[in-house]
Amino acid sequence: MSTKERTWWIVAGFAIVLYCLAPIAWIVSLSFKAPSDLANESFFPSSPTTENYSLILTGGASDLFLPALRNSFGICLIATFISCILSMFAAYAIARLDFPGKKFILGTALAVAIFPVISIVTPLFNLWRNIGLYDTWPGLIIPYLSLTLPISIWTMSAFFREIPWEMEQAAQVDGATTWQAFRKVIVPLAAPGVFTTAIIAFFIAWNDFVYGISLTSTEASRPVPAALGLFSGASQFEDPTGAIAAAAVIVTIPVVVLVLLFQRRIVAGLTNGAVKG
Amino acid sequence: MSTTTLPPAEKTTPVSAPDGKASDRTRSERRLGWLLAGPALVVMLLVTAYPIAQAFYDSLFDFRLTDPDNRSFTGFSNYFVILTDWLWWRAILVTLFITAVTVAVELVLGFALALVMAKALSSIRPVLRAAILIPYAVITVVSAFAWQFAFDIQTGFINSWFGWIPGIGADTDWFGGTWSSLFVICLAEIWKTTPFISLLLLAGLAQVPEVLQEAAKVDGATWWQRMRKVTLPNMKAAIMVALLFRTLDAFRVFDSIFIMTGGANATESVSFLAYRQTISRLEIGLGSAVSVLLFLAVVLIAFSFIKGFKVDLSQTRGDS
Repeated sequence: MSTKERTWWIVAGFAIVLYCLAPIAWIVSLSFKAPSDLANESFFPSSPTTENYSLILTGGASDLFLPALRNSFGICLIATFISCILSMFAAYAIARLDFPGKKFILGTALAVAIFPVISIVTPLFNLWRNIGLYDTWPGLIIPYLSLTLPISIWTMSAFFREIPWEMEQAAQVDGATTWQAFRKVIVPLAAPGVFTTAIIAFFIAWNDFVYGISLTSTEASRPVPAALGLFSGASQFEDPTGAIAAAAVIVTIPVVVLVLLFQRRIVAGLTNGAVKG
Repeated sequence: MSTTTLPPAEKTTPVSAPDGKASDRTRSERRLGWLLAGPALVVMLLVTAYPIAQAFYDSLFDFRLTDPDNRSFTGFSNYFVILTDWLWWRAILVTLFITAVTVAVELVLGFALALVMAKALSSIRPVLRAAILIPYAVITVVSAFAWQFAFDIQTGFINSWFGWIPGIGADTDWFGGTWSSLFVICLAEIWKTTPFISLLLLAGLAQVPEVLQEAAKVDGATWWQRMRKVTLPNMKAAIMVALLFRTLDAFRVFDSIFIMTGGANATESVSFLAYRQTISRLEIGLGSAVSVLLFLAVVLIAFSFIKGFKVDLSQTRGDS
C-alpha cells in the first residue's frame, strides 16, 4: 500500500468515526449548557455548567429520573437473565442434538424477531389492566422477552455451533467424571458466547420505548426511555431540554462502556447469527 | 456465465440407521431436545401468538375503554372503517416513504463503511469498530432527541451552521412541515441503523472467496468489474438478509416520530396510528384492527422477500 493510499484510508476511517460520534458529542455538549445558554446557536456551551446533572440527580427532577433508572436496570437485567437461561438450553439442543423441530424453533425465533411490537402492546394493554400487571415490573419483563429471546436463541446457537464438543468425551476418556468434564471443559468454552449474548439482549431491552410508554403509568415501573419521552420539565415554566440531554447522556454511559470493553465480541455476536454460510 | 461464484459444496447426508423403528438412542435424544428447547419455544409463542390472536378477537368488536358496557360484536366493520379512511392510507404512505428512503441510503452508505472497514489498517480497526457500534447501541430515543435538538429553532445549531445553503435561514422551522420533518426523521434513523447494516455487509465481504478476486485480477478485470461480477454476486445472501431485516425494522418506525413530531404535520407511521388509537384514544377495537393490519403487512413483506428474492434464510443462517 502506497503512502498516498494509506493516508486516504485513514482519512476515510476518521470520517466514519466523526459520523458515528458527532450526535453523541452534541448531546453531551448540550447537557453542559446553562438554560440561558441553550439558544446560543452553537455546538459548544459558552460556559460549561453541571447544573443539568444536579437537577436530575439531586434536584427537582431527581424523583422522576432516579426511579426510572432503577426500573430500567432492574427490568432489563431480569429480562436478559431469563432470556439467557432459556436460550442456553435451547441453543444447546439446537447445536448438539438431532431432533425434528430444530428448524421450526429457529424459524419461530425469526418470526418473533420481526414481529411488530405495537401489535403485541394493543391486546396486552387491556389484559394487563384486567389482571393487575399494568405498571408493574413483571408487566414489562414478560413482553421484553419477545424482544430479547429470539435474538438470544439465534446468537447463542451460532456460538454453540462453534464449540468443539468432542473435547468433553476426550476429557472423560482421560478420566474426568461427567460433571468435571462439563465444568472444566464445556463451561469455559461456552461462557464467552453466553456472555456476549447477554450483552446484546441487554442492549435491546435497554432500547425499548413502546412497551415502556404503553404499559406503565407511574415511576413504579417506568423505564428511562419512556420517562424521557414523556418528560416535560421540572416545572411548567422550565425548558426541559437541558435536563433531557443530561438524562440522555447518563443512560448512554452503560452502553458505551459495554461497547468499549467488549466491541470485538459484540461484532462477532451480531454478525455470527446473521451470516454464516 | 455473467457472474462468478464457486460451485456449491457437496452436500453430505449424515449416515443414519436404515428406516424403520427409531433406535432408543435417537428417541431419547429427541425427547431431550424438545425438553431443552421447548420452554423457550413456548415462551416465544406465548408472548406473540397469544397477543395477536387476542388482537384479532378484539378487532371484531366495537369496544372503547371509556364506555366498556357498550361492547358489541361488529364483525369486520372496524377493518372497513380503517381501510376507507384517508388517515390509514396516509400512515401507510409515510411508513413506506421512510422505509424506502432509509433502506436505500443505508445500503449504499453501509456498503461504503464496510469497504473502508475491510481495508482499514489493523492499527485503526479497533477504533473504527468501537465507533461503529456506538450508534447501534445508543437508545433510539436518545438519538431522536439529539437530532431533534440539533435541528430545533430554539436549541439547534444547524440553521446557523448551514445558513449558506439557499432555503435555510435562522428561522427555518424543520419541524413545521411534513417534508422537512420526515427529512430529519430519516436522518436520525439512517444514522442509528447504518452501522448495523455495515457490520452485516462486512461479514458478507469476508465470505467472498479470495481465489475469485485474484483470478479476476489476473484476467485484467477493473475494480468496478470485480465489484459487479465477483464481489456482489458472492455477497448476495448477506445483502438480502441485511435488506430484509432493515426493511421490516424500518416499517415499524415509531420512537423517532414520537419524540420529534408526536405525529404532527402528517408524519404519523402505521405503528404510531395503532398506538394513538389504543393508548391515547382507548379505542381497543379500532386499535386492535390497526395492529392486525400492521402485522399482516409485515408478514406480507417478509413473505414476498423470501419468495420473491429467493432469500434462503436457512442457508445464510447456517442451519446444518
